[in-house]
Amino acid sequence: MASMKNTIAERILDFLKNYPPFNLIPKETLLEVAKNVEINYFEKDQIIFSQNDTPHEHLYMVYEGVIRLYRFAEGKKHIVDICDEGDLFGLRPLIMKENYLMGASANEESIVYGIPINLFNDIILNIPKVSQFLIASFATNTRDPFSEKHKGKLFANIKAIKKVENTFIETQSAKYTKNPITCNPKTTIQEAAIRMTTNVINSIVIAVDKIPLGIITDKDIRTKIGTGIFKITDPVELIMVSPVITFPENITVAEAQIARLKHKVSHLCITKDGTNNSELVGILTEHDLNLIQGNNPLLLIKEIKCAKDAETLKYIRSKAAELTKGYIEQEIPIYFVTKVISEINTAITKAAIELSIKEIGKKPPVEYSWLAVGSQGRKEQLLMTDQDNALVFENVEDSEYDGVKAYFLKLATKVTEKLNIVGFEYCPANIMASNPKWCLSKREWKHQFKEWIKDPIPEKILLSIIFYDFELIYGNKELYNQVAKSVLKLIKKNQIFLSFLGKVTLDNPPPLGFFKQFLVEQDGENKDNFDIKSRAIRPLVDAARIFSLYHGLQINNTIARYKKMMEVEPQNKDLFESCSNAFKILLTFRTSQGLANNDSGKFVDINSLSKADRLKLKSCFNPIKNVQEAIKIRFKTTQIG
Amino acid sequence: MFNWFKKNTHPEFWKEYLKTFKTKESKKIEETRFIVFDTETNGLDIVKDRILSIGAITVLNNTLDVADNFELYLKQNEFNAETVEIHGILKDGNLLKYTEIEALEKFINYVGNSILVAHHAAFDIEMVNAALKRMNLPKLKNKSIDTGILYKKLKGKKNKHFNLDVLCKEFNIPKHDRHTASGDAYITALLFLKIISKLKQERKVNYSDLFRTSNKEGLI
Repeated sequence: MASMKNTIAERILDFLKNYPPFNLIPKETLLEVAKNVEINYFEKDQIIFSQNDTPHEHLYMVYEGVIRLYRFAEGKKHIVDICDEGDLFGLRPLIMKENYLMGASANEESIVYGIPINLFNDIILNIPKVSQFLIASFATNTRDPFSEKHKGKLFANIKAIKKVENTFIETQSAKYTKNPITCNPKTTIQEAAIRMTTNVINSIVIAVDKIPLGIITDKDIRTKIGTGIFKITDPVELIMVSPVITFPENITVAEAQIARLKHKVSHLCITKDGTNNSELVGILTEHDLNLIQGNNPLLLIKEIKCAKDAETLKYIRSKAAELTKGYIEQEIPIYFVTKVISEINTAITKAAIELSIKEIGKKPPVEYSWLAVGSQGRKEQLLMTDQDNALVFENVEDSEYDGVKAYFLKLATKVTEKLNIVGFEYCPANIMASNPKWCLSKREWKHQFKEWIKDPIPEKILLSIIFYDFELIYGNKELYNQVAKSVLKLIKKNQIFLSFLGKVTLDNPPPLGFFKQFLVEQDGENKDNFDIKSRAIRPLVDAARIFSLYHGLQINNTIARYKKMMEVEPQNKDLFESCSNAFKILLTFRTSQGLANNDSGKFVDINSLSKADRLKLKSCFNPIKNVQEAIKIRFKTTQIG
Repeated sequence: MFNWFKKNTHPEFWKEYLKTFKTKESKKIEETRFIVFDTETNGLDIVKDRILSIGAITVLNNTLDVADNFELYLKQNEFNAETVEIHGILKDGNLLKYTEIEALEKFINYVGNSILVAHHAAFDIEMVNAALKRMNLPKLKNKSIDTGILYKKLKGKKNKHFNLDVLCKEFNIPKHDRHTASGDAYITALLFLKIISKLKQERKVNYSDLFRTSNKEGLI
């Protein structure tokens, strides 16, 4: 039989089928989609859609180039995400029928496939695997209290979703409102509205003998009463929506999401056996679902606050690890993940300090600040690693000094013990507040920094470098600020220090040409592994620190540092932006490796990387090279011994 | 020049085609419908050789509309076995094939008054014109753009003359389905957009700039 050929559509199909959720769609169906794709070409910085635009008729997939997603909040533009080959974006608003939550524009010359939403909607409804995939992608990234950042794109592969369904979402089985208010079919609309008003609810279930027959919501009152179609004296049965959508008691968030999407309803009735012939036990509203989605990290923090001992903290931290895993698997932006996890780590440290003070039975004698240093100070710690901390207390008279210091050392010892139980192992270099060297008064700390900064020999710099990333975790903010400000002032007066700091940080050149030669760590058990921490992450952290100190910025987080530098040095915006992106990619790599191997993720197994991952990793090395060049020039590192 | 005495004998589709040129079209690049096309032929001799297939895709406002693509294969009376290897079009494949007359009618209906774009457009247009001539029809009336000439308008490319393969490499366009009419049309469409974009980076580009040659020397 003779057939028509559509070479272009076949080529599009070849591309689509490599990426989720299109890899879940049968070929014939996918070919129909491919035949109707629009191929959009965007010049650099061209806008695809703007925040608050009404949704287009297409969802988008990057074929070539890079698309950035951004969002304006509090008068500032935030880059929410960067999409590259195979990434989908701008789908959520189309499904939710809401305006774009963020804008999208071409970060470079890009080719983007526009996929008609009407075809895609049919697929969602007819192929359960696709809808499950979408739900799982949406469920984790909506209405998060930690940021206004929303993600319109889908990343995770189906395998990851399956795992997530078992751990991440199911741990959050949907919490519904029990014993909902009901009325009978003959109740007047007015009476029902009065009941809704008194009980401050936006819906009421119509039931006979506890069997749900229908439901009315605020919307029905608006569209059927407010418009004058029915009278308030009519019985509710005339306006109720019937039948109701019912589910059994053990409904999960994922199922509830699917149901809401599928039936386009805002309320689900929970019945004993899940059918609408059995007794009503609860109602699940849109609001309930939103609470569950957004509250997960918050719930953990709440639990931390109530924890009575270190073992409980340990248990909660293990749940936080699950959360990290879920986030990483679904490729939630790393900046967001670090924020959530460091909030949790901070809460744990706070709880450990409060528990310890209770155990001592005596309040601290003077004001103090508990500081995190190193990666904790930068709030980049996603995995369980060593604890690095320090303590500063208010200046005291010489006569009181010993007593005060003894108190804080005792406190710090107890805190570090607890953190060790939680899973933050003792620092092998003993950089901990329980070490008399790092439990100092304000005056002593200033003196210590002065010594480091005024006499910057390489050995001292290597030892002290970790202290330039110090962050207040608990205690007196003013005290912390005073020390931080004096450090920045000292550096400003001793710019030669930056040259030395720069020289030390340049000792880690980027492994350019690394994949070409397939050169990995030369010896030892990590022969096939690449030390992602020392060779790639650290140079970027170091570069961010030196520029940040140079500008006197009191910022510790590497991404935040680069972001600020993009503002401070607009002429180098591209450089810092590329560093920030590279850092995000590397940190994600490290974290997912660490989670997979249950270690610190320091080494990446080269053989386990896909082609795409290798390319992505490789692309991170150029920014390292460029920023190191910039350091060389800016801080004249070649002029010193 | 005026085939007016023949005009009334022209088939219906040709009359419809001529009508499309009566409407005034926008002179903005974004609002112009371009049809990027390519023909595969069994040789380079415009008189002797025949079109084996035609592939085309619409470009409007920087967008390629796949639903509006054109791909068609022609029945061959004179079959040249030597060219089969390059094009992969066998005389008796499983494909639906049209006579030259049917194919040209479909193509003319498809293009209407759009601007035709092709790499080394003169050849493809002449192949179509030769086929039209065999049907006793006049030449195509469409304006046309040659991506090869468009490329020369870029800075420093005035005297460069490149084939599609080389330009694909320069513009980072994957060379799938090279030497099929549709594949080449698709590639040329991307090339067309990318050249315009690059031109825009260099200077302001108006609609009329697409047609003019960069300068006289460029044409020699």
